[in-house]
Amino acid sequence: MEIIISNSSEKPIYEQICIQIKNLIMNGTLSAGEALPSMRVLARDLHISVITVQRAYEDLTRDGFIETVSGKGSFVAAQNREFIREEQLRAAEELLQKAAEIGRAHGIGYEQMANILKLFYEE
Amino acid sequence: MEDNNIFVQDLCKRFDGFLLDHVSFRVPKGRIVGFIGENGAGKSTTIHLILNELKRDGGQIRLFGRENTDPCVREDIGVVFDECCFHDVFNPSDIEKILSGVYRSWDSGLYRQYLKKFGIPERKPIGSFSRGMKMELSIICAMAHRPKLLILDEATAGLDPVVRDEMLDLFLEFIQDEECSVFLSSHITSDIQKVADYVILIHQGRIIFEEQKDDLIYHFGIVRCGKEKFASISPDDYLIHRVTNVSVECLVRDREAVRRKYRDIVVDNATLEDIMLFYVRGGAA
Repeated sequence: MEIIISNSSEKPIYEQICIQIKNLIMNGTLSAGEALPSMRVLARDLHISVITVQRAYEDLTRDGFIETVSGKGSFVAAQNREFIREEQLRAAEELLQKAAEIGRAHGIGYEQMANILKLFYEE
Repeated sequence: MEDNNIFVQDLCKRFDGFLLDHVSFRVPKGRIVGFIGENGAGKSTTIHLILNELKRDGGQIRLFGRENTDPCVREDIGVVFDECCFHDVFNPSDIEKILSGVYRSWDSGLYRQYLKKFGIPERKPIGSFSRGMKMELSIICAMAHRPKLLILDEATAGLDPVVRDEMLDLFLEFIQDEECSVFLSSHITSDIQKVADYVILIHQGRIIFEEQKDDLIYHFGIVRCGKEKFASISPDDYLIHRVTNVSVECLVRDREAVRRKYRDIVVDNATLEDIMLFYVRGGAA
């Protein structure tokens, strides 16, 4: 498992870990049932505090991406990737709809809006 | 079940001209706790009191759920001070002979393994070692009897960044066992910023705060603005401020909230060092 954290990022490290593990699960690098490194091992390998990793794992558990079995460790939760993607797509649609409404109401053209989105994607 | 390896409550100690004033904090199992403060703030005094090397005037100290005066607790503690306390004429092999007689749980295999890992020769006199090697040897000795608690007093001071980083590796390795914890006093806040789970700041014999490190570095911030703007900031929104010739700087507890509330001010992230300096130097520019 590869995790790359940035110390100069505005995003807290626990969030970076959380996003990257979600990514690894969504793109299939980590499959259901696979064991994640223990919090202590990951903290050691990333040279960060255990609480930081713990917080990331707690968020992943809350969002249903992993399951933690006490005494055994954390595992990728069995789940429907399609379902999650569908759900996230709906959330994105809602936000984009809002952006479109703002754009229409204030004369921001489609081109400009699309460019902004492209910019965010490339960030 | 006691969840803390160190539990200190209302600890007091009076010296001529110095008072350790009702110090309370805890070091939970499986955690690394950083103890920061300027020289003379009371860090070493606190550590000596924990180790029962000084007599306390008041308060309570419990280690692994037992009184710190209980002789059994010593077996489970590894201590490192800022000076290597082995005589120059000995070599690491001699040290092992001495310490294996002191600690019942001395682990020769582990000791050798660590010596190898750090490239410390077994048969060379300690007098010929660099400061970094001496400190490494001290830490290895503190860990070789498999303690549950590692206490380090300024142990990383004066070491180069490579050795300091290797030491942080060792600490993270040490707490792979969830029963173990590290209590690390230092004025080098960057080391603590990397690996500590909790941070305690002591200043003039009092505990200023005991916080989760992530809360400190992700929520605290430093505001910089002009004097006029400063007047518009509610005193509830900042903890400490200081006035310089060109601007006013304040330490804030929730930088996001401040960013949202006030426009046209600079809100920077705060490092542990920034936070410590604000508390220690207070209003002084």
